Amino acid sequence: MTTNSARPGYRRGHRSPAASVALHLTLIVASLIAAVPVAWVVLTSFKPNSTALSTEHLGRLSLQNYRDVIGQGFGHWMLNSAIVAAGTMVFGVFIAATAGYAVSRMRFPGARPLMWLFLLVQMFPMAVLIVPLFVLLKDLHLLNNLLGLVPVYATTAVPFCAWMLKGYFDGIPTAIDEAGRIDGLSMFGTFWRLIVPLARPGLAVTGFYTFLTSWGEVAYASQFLQSPDKYTLPVGMQTFVNEYVDEWGPLAAGSVLIIVPAAAVFFLVQRHLVSGLTAGAAKS
Amino acid sequence: MISRLRHSYDRYWYAWAMALPVTLVLLVLVGYPLVEGIYYSLTNINDLNMGRTIGANHIPASFHGVGLHNYWYVLSGGDGQFWPTFVWTLEWTAGCVVPTVGIGLGLAQLLNRRMRGRGVYRVLLILPWAVPSFVAAFSWRLILNSPDGLLDWVLVRLHLPAVNWLGDATSAKFSVIMVNVWIGIPFMMVAFLGGLQAIPGELLEAAEVDGATPWHRFIHVTMPGLRPVATTVTLLGIIWTFNQFAIIYLVTAGGPGGATNILITQAYNNAFSQTRDYAGGSTYGVIILSMLLLFATFFRRTLGRGQEAAA
Repeated sequence: MTTNSARPGYRRGHRSPAASVALHLTLIVASLIAAVPVAWVVLTSFKPNSTALSTEHLGRLSLQNYRDVIGQGFGHWMLNSAIVAAGTMVFGVFIAATAGYAVSRMRFPGARPLMWLFLLVQMFPMAVLIVPLFVLLKDLHLLNNLLGLVPVYATTAVPFCAWMLKGYFDGIPTAIDEAGRIDGLSMFGTFWRLIVPLARPGLAVTGFYTFLTSWGEVAYASQFLQSPDKYTLPVGMQTFVNEYVDEWGPLAAGSVLIIVPAAAVFFLVQRHLVSGLTAGAAKS
Repeated sequence: MISRLRHSYDRYWYAWAMALPVTLVLLVLVGYPLVEGIYYSLTNINDLNMGRTIGANHIPASFHGVGLHNYWYVLSGGDGQFWPTFVWTLEWTAGCVVPTVGIGLGLAQLLNRRMRGRGVYRVLLILPWAVPSFVAAFSWRLILNSPDGLLDWVLVRLHLPAVNWLGDATSAKFSVIMVNVWIGIPFMMVAFLGGLQAIPGELLEAAEVDGATPWHRFIHVTMPGLRPVATTVTLLGIIWTFNQFAIIYLVTAGGPGGATNILITQAYNNAFSQTRDYAGGSTYGVIILSMLLLFATFFRRTLGRGQEAAA
């Protein structure tokens, strides 16, 4: 590992050429390892389907896989995924933020058990919940329904988000709340008009996290969605590779189309990731 | 008593109202299923006896309570798979969390310096986080494919023997750990980067002026400053890895021959494979949850002292 070679007497930020080279080399290698699997799937998506799994035929690239995948109900699944992910994001971040704000600003009875509950929920293995949830959704007539997935996904993302947002709100001076209250805003009004705009970076990070959790979820979706027109992307994509069909090429093309929206959301918020995450982690 | 309740209601109702939606959602979708799951684990419920409605015919449920039999059966090793799976789950968790935290911290240290191209490195290094686990698993299956996947192609070019990555137990275990570390590093790195940036630069400069070596500065200034972040993300990392379903399920499906099944995928198999043994799956789930609860309590007692006040 390259370490800081700034010897006493050097100002911070200065380092010897050798240390500089070592630093950049390490980071370049690490970046390559981070990027190669993604690049590889992109490359595979342009290869002929028959050779998708191997390193052959890198010379002959085409858009055929994309044509195939879009012809197979892909747009529909993508729309379903977008509805579920966006719904979970809005719903999840909203309820996480109100709870986080209440815990951050008010020492009310039940605040500590609530935070402890959030930590507990992180530990709940999906295996113990999935059968009862299946029965519950069936009773509520929400089985095979995209709306049923939204609150289910929210439960997996919300505890972590509430924790993070509580930390983020702790970093916003309470003087702002007091000013809002003096100007006649209610607690919710203060939260909504003053704190939410200030907490945008934190909200962006939690929104991103919630979006990704639901965008790529497989286990619940494949048990709870039963008809192909209700499938989300990951469930639908699994139909490309099963006992009967073997379409790795279209699967790769589909994977690229799944990454694109996720990466777009991601690049919009990545500036805020560091500050947003720390506020939560450092103070929770 | 009642007047005290009234008083606290008047005072706190707004806070309760704002915490209510989240509490309701968690109670209905986590609390209720949990109670149901615990109940199922005390019965012999499966797909055949759980009761159903086919058309107009309603077949009543015919499962019955069996007390602690399921727990006894599993924990005494009666199913022959619990304890081996448990040992591998521990190896898997340690094998994933230690490198993830270590490399994440190392990269955060490197990225925390002023240098050219820092923004580009940061975006590239966070990239695996933006990849849905379903897609990550798929791209790694392309890379680990043997004998003509990318990794073996590289090995052969380097005149090294090709490895049947997902074909035998040991290399498959290594492979799933590698994939999960790849996925987990960005989160750790970003959390540590934030933690590093929260340490006042003057502290490090003062230590430097006093003649502390880089190593000493790291041990005596950086590490204590990172402690709150480190304990939280390590605890979360352990819990998430212990319960990591998607990667194992999608990369190896527990194979070859069940060798890479961790407790959570085993529980899923019990509940949803041919036998549809819901009681067995629930039993595993309750055991997993109890172990994590014990562990988290212990972890917070020993490492997280002084933090509870804030939580």
